[in-house]
Amino acid sequence: MRLIALWALPALAAALNFAVPRRAARAGRWRVASLVLVAALHLGLVATIWVRPPGPALDDWLAADALGLVVLTLTSVLFFVTSLYTVEFLKRGRRGAARVFVTGLLAFLAAATIVALSHHLALLWVGIEATTLALAPLIFHRHDRRSLEAVWKYLLISSVGIALALLGTFFLATAQHDVGGRPLIVADLVARAGQLHPAWLRAGFLFMLIGFGTKMGLAPMHTWKPDTYGEAPSPVSGLMAGALTSCAFLGVARVTEVAMAAGLDAFVQPVLLGFGMLSLVVAAVFIIGQTDLKRLLAYSSVEHMGLLVLGLGFGGVGAYGSVLHMLNNGLTKGWLFLIAGNVVLATGTSSAAASRGLVRTLPVSGPLLVVGLFAVTGSPPFGLFLSEFTILRAAIAAGHPWTAAAMLLLLAVIFVGMAALILGMALGEAAPGATPIQESRWLVAGPIALAVAVLMLGLYIPAPLRDVLARAATALGGSAP
Amino acid sequence: MNGLSEILLLLVVLADFAVLGSARLSTCIRTLAVQGLLLGLLPVTLTPGLSAHTAVLATGTVLVKAILLPWLLTWAIREAAVRREVEPLVGFIASLLLGSLAVALAFAIAVRLPLPLPASQQELLVPVSLATVMIGFIVLTTRRKALTQVVGYLVLENGIYLFGLTQTESVPYLLEIGVLLDVFVGVFTMGIVVFHINREFDSLDSARLTELTD
Amino acid sequence: MTWTALAALGILLAGAPALPGIAIKTKAFLSGRRGAPVLQLYYDLVKLLRKGSIYSNTTTWVFRAGPVVALASLLAAALLLPLDGQAAPVHFEGDLLAFAGLLALGRFALVLAGLDTGSSFEGMGASREVTFASFAEPGLFLCLIALVLATSEVTLSGMLGGSLGAAWSRAAPALVLVGISLFVLLLAENSRVPVDDPATHLELTMIHEVIVLDHSGPDLALILFGSAVKLALFGALVVGVFVPRAGLNGALAIAVLLAGIALVAVLVGVVESVMARLRLTRVPQLLAGASALALLAVILLLR
Repeated sequence: MRLIALWALPALAAALNFAVPRRAARAGRWRVASLVLVAALHLGLVATIWVRPPGPALDDWLAADALGLVVLTLTSVLFFVTSLYTVEFLKRGRRGAARVFVTGLLAFLAAATIVALSHHLALLWVGIEATTLALAPLIFHRHDRRSLEAVWKYLLISSVGIALALLGTFFLATAQHDVGGRPLIVADLVARAGQLHPAWLRAGFLFMLIGFGTKMGLAPMHTWKPDTYGEAPSPVSGLMAGALTSCAFLGVARVTEVAMAAGLDAFVQPVLLGFGMLSLVVAAVFIIGQTDLKRLLAYSSVEHMGLLVLGLGFGGVGAYGSVLHMLNNGLTKGWLFLIAGNVVLATGTSSAAASRGLVRTLPVSGPLLVVGLFAVTGSPPFGLFLSEFTILRAAIAAGHPWTAAAMLLLLAVIFVGMAALILGMALGEAAPGATPIQESRWLVAGPIALAVAVLMLGLYIPAPLRDVLARAATALGGSAP
Repeated sequence: MNGLSEILLLLVVLADFAVLGSARLSTCIRTLAVQGLLLGLLPVTLTPGLSAHTAVLATGTVLVKAILLPWLLTWAIREAAVRREVEPLVGFIASLLLGSLAVALAFAIAVRLPLPLPASQQELLVPVSLATVMIGFIVLTTRRKALTQVVGYLVLENGIYLFGLTQTESVPYLLEIGVLLDVFVGVFTMGIVVFHINREFDSLDSARLTELTD
Repeated sequence: MTWTALAALGILLAGAPALPGIAIKTKAFLSGRRGAPVLQLYYDLVKLLRKGSIYSNTTTWVFRAGPVVALASLLAAALLLPLDGQAAPVHFEGDLLAFAGLLALGRFALVLAGLDTGSSFEGMGASREVTFASFAEPGLFLCLIALVLATSEVTLSGMLGGSLGAAWSRAAPALVLVGISLFVLLLAENSRVPVDDPATHLELTMIHEVIVLDHSGPDLALILFGSAVKLALFGALVVGVFVPRAGLNGALAIAVLLAGIALVAVLVGVVESVMARLRLTRVPQLLAGASALALLAVILLLR
């Protein structure tokens, strides 16, 4: 019941929001209130799942297993924080824009929940497709030339990726033909993995990796990311970078789980490692000399997606590292994009040339930006350091010391590139006459909370979380450290 | 029924080539409508005996792929006042050659991927579906006008639908509905975006979409 | 056996000039006119034979030899086709290559004759003709290769003769593609719409017409007769692919052939009425499309 409520509630709220016409009196306040309310209820329901796990629903189509629970929690937390941010954000935006914005956000929450809970691969695909469609009007929020170009590229590339993922799903169904068990249910696929038709399974894995990798933003299918993250409103970019990428990674992880269970490690690992390293290289190349904060964060997202896939490919502790990294990355990206949103609200642009001395002009967001820089590039004591370290450990344990060295080098390059831009924006002399802005509570509460969470995860992982992460890692064919 | 399905699949490939070679957008859309009709007839000819599921699937496919989507695209053409495609990035003749290569490649791959299905099923289905996917991808990536790219995407989707036909018995409903819904909503959204692109940029030449770059 | 083949050849040659007339009559019928009589080309040939030829001072023996070589090569090619459905008067392994080569020789001779005049109009037409031919030749070869693959025979008589019926039951779709491709090539090689308009007299739009612009009298008669024979040959090729006549006895096979060729001429007339000539830059694309169809047939037959 709870599993169905988790996505039905936001879907219903989205429909209601859309049904109420734009010009309805004082609708704006009610819309935002409904958004925060649904987000809070969603978070509450997720919390109860941690305490008392529910059984599967709809004949095993929906279930909350360890990996799905991590993604679901991440999505829910990010969404709640974003909804609080939206309270102030919408007040400063276009009048009447709230209807599409809130509808899109709620639809996204419903779709992401379906993805996280889905154990039927076709339903998972439907969820990812729904997120694509829910986000499109949100990316187009500003209705100007640049965002139009961004949403066009996003739709085209994402649609092709989704189509290829569907083809991969069909290939998997073919692989499962005549093997028995319910079609495309993950548990049944894993249970009978040895009997699956190997050629079709390989083809299915490849296409699903490319397809869901497009939604993740793995290189070379990442070309839509900088444009989209750059032009979309910052809270939306934060949700995409944190929640959507994790949902897409879930798709990749599920098919990897099946492939590993079928013993296709020798085929799967080089492919994953290849995509991962390519993403790191592309991110490093494009981060150097970057001039826009949000595009910089987009390439950082490409980098972290590469790390996720690398961890999956190394196996062993790498799987644990990947899941932990997914969680850490999601929270950090949400934090950074909300801060970027504050910068845009204050200065009008995310271009680095327009801002200097943010530490002084934005007394809360500025320092948070600097701290965020260190967090996202993997400095201790933040959580990302721990997860990246785990992935490197797995690399060496799997017998890829040179790959680990290359990773370290690229991470260092990325750090230098990001620091150059962010420190340039945050430090230095502010423009003459610029006074410190009193930042609204709604706009900074979220980022502060996320920062604290990431810090905590770097210092101490609570036992229930550790247990869930370990179970997720085992399901992916790895082990907990 | 076997022969009829073979002829239909061959006509699908011919439609692919027609889309590859035509410069007039209205011809592309009409060819797409014909392809949608063929795709709608295939479930009926592939499975012996007409079940309710097949009938629903066939009518739904024809409605969406042969009537609704071409109508939508024609509306978009009229709105945008676009008639012809300019010389694509690869050239028409080279596109035709690439298409032939794609068909050859699809047949070569299909030999390596035998369908674990009873022999009564079509052996042409896998290579034709792979070929259509590849040709759709070629059209998508080498054309300049936004609307032609949408046509390419729809051809790609047709190819995926074709492959899904091999699974109608084992995984009913969800796959087909997924594809149809996907196509419908995707094109609907793209149609709106195309409309806005034309208004903003005064043209549908996606080569003009170059403001965002690194 | 051989006498039916020779008889078929004789009847074909005798009846060839009627084909352009059939096409023109169809066009006229479709546009609501009465049009020229079907036998008009016969009258024209007789008229031309009675006239004298005028040769320009700039021409050499190449100009005089052109029409003769063209007709001779066409007649030689006609000897290779199994017009009665059984065997051609001349057949040997690989004669399909000779067939294509002879057709090319005919075209080559006419083009040279045109270039020999030294006029820029002929030169322009010659360059266009040869360009389109270079796109059509691969298509023709692919069609012939497809036929070889379908029937496992390497002679024209074998391909269009006994083995064709069995090939149809095995690989009908591929043969349909070959037939369609051959029809498009027929339109191209015989300078019909949409590749070239035989009725146009604007210099800048003529292709085949302009090459033969300077010929007169008996030479022109030879050329006109040659084009009619070429149309008949290609028509026989198309009919031969679509209608396996191996089981029919001699007279019936010839009758079916003539009826089929007449039908092809009607079809050409219909196409001419329905379509306009393509822009010159689009003709290679059309021919590439026909070649792609033939390639598709080859791929289908190879698996």
